Amino acid sequence: MFNIKEHFSATSINETIRLLQDYPGAKLIAGGTDLLVKMRKASPKCPVSLISLREIVELSQIYLTETGNLSIGATVTFDEICNNELILEKMPFLAQVAATIGGPQLRNMATVGGNLCSGAPSADSAPALLALDARLELIGPQGKRLLDVKEFFLGPFQVDLRDNEILSCIIIPLSSERALGGYYYKYSMRNAMDIATLSCASVCEIDAKNCLKSVRIALGTAAPTPIRCFKAERFAEGQQFSKELLERVALIAQSEAKPRSSWRASKEYRLHLVKVLVARTLKQAYLNAGGVI
Amino acid sequence: MPEINCYVNGELKNICVDYGETLLMMLRNRLGLTGVKKGCEVGECGACTVLVDGKPVTSCIYLALWVDGKNVLTVEGLTASGELSSLQQSFVEEGAVQCGFCIPGFLMSAYALLKKKKHPTETEIRNGIAGNFCRCTGYENIIRAIKNVNQTSTKAKLP
Repeated sequence: MFNIKEHFSATSINETIRLLQDYPGAKLIAGGTDLLVKMRKASPKCPVSLISLREIVELSQIYLTETGNLSIGATVTFDEICNNELILEKMPFLAQVAATIGGPQLRNMATVGGNLCSGAPSADSAPALLALDARLELIGPQGKRLLDVKEFFLGPFQVDLRDNEILSCIIIPLSSERALGGYYYKYSMRNAMDIATLSCASVCEIDAKNCLKSVRIALGTAAPTPIRCFKAERFAEGQQFSKELLERVALIAQSEAKPRSSWRASKEYRLHLVKVLVARTLKQAYLNAGGVI
Repeated sequence: MPEINCYVNGELKNICVDYGETLLMMLRNRLGLTGVKKGCEVGECGACTVLVDGKPVTSCIYLALWVDGKNVLTVEGLTASGELSSLQQSFVEEGAVQCGFCIPGFLMSAYALLKKKKHPTETEIRNGIAGNFCRCTGYENIIRAIKNVNQTSTKAKLP
């Protein structure tokens, strides 16, 4: 039995913000796959008030905005991302990422907003959203703000979610000109139900001359927060694809990573993984963008 | 204590639950459906897997409150008559059951998988049961049981 003092089923974003203000210390819950596990391990003597986002229809939508961007609600589950027609048509890369999380049961419960707001350096949705230059819509008592996902991660398990604020949706810009290719590789001990030892998401487009354009590379579990490899990206931009290019880009990305040693892997092994995975994912992103080797 | 209404194995139930009560506890303790097993209690082993609106979830980290207005299916609901379903029979024939503790969870995951795809590939089966752990069997027989359930068997039937 969890020690839950109260459970509010909010039906709107405004109601949620009011509840957050009226019940300081209350926790937001959607899938519960992080929070309930934490509560299981915490002292049963600490009663918790929960504000559930599960009934808020606006938070669970996937649609194209007026400006032609993709909007994914914070309480969309990973299973929904895997199977959503709009995502499969416009950004199948996200479906590929969503399929790497947990297992079937967890994907039916866990939400992309919950994953992002955990601020875990290993959060699987983070590298992809960083690589896609996603923007986050955050709503609080002061109103709405749009935040570049690059600015969201402040430290391990710390995100720029202010008091009484909620993440309402994730906006992914869609380029209408060129086909975008993306690929996420999650290196972990198991093939499922595991936290990434190291992960990498690469995204690129190719131009008429088959050169790499808009290259973005992001790493998970390679630093105190999920990060972009800006130097590696700048180096790759505009270049012809080649095995040598991949190796050089991977080496530069390696210099930007700041992994630590943990029980899962040593810092040295993680640095090695950065080199391997940046090359592997950038190559696949290039192929997915229509590139030819 | 809030009151919820839900269908469990096809029957409408009206139940009072505690805020902190999990679906696992509600099914086992209030409805006597002890086929749903308590394993790790943190959503990692899959022993507590049930279907909510046709989708497998780990009931140990799913609040009972949340099942209001929904349809729950447990292992007890796989057949109406109390006989074994063809999936369950396949598990028996392929030797997929040793201690049996993980089996209800596997059956629910497999049932959901087979509803989506009648003849999954081995890779699809492995992915479909990736949230269920077994300490006894080494998984091979479980995978074969799921693979063979919709095939016509050419093996001699067990006596």
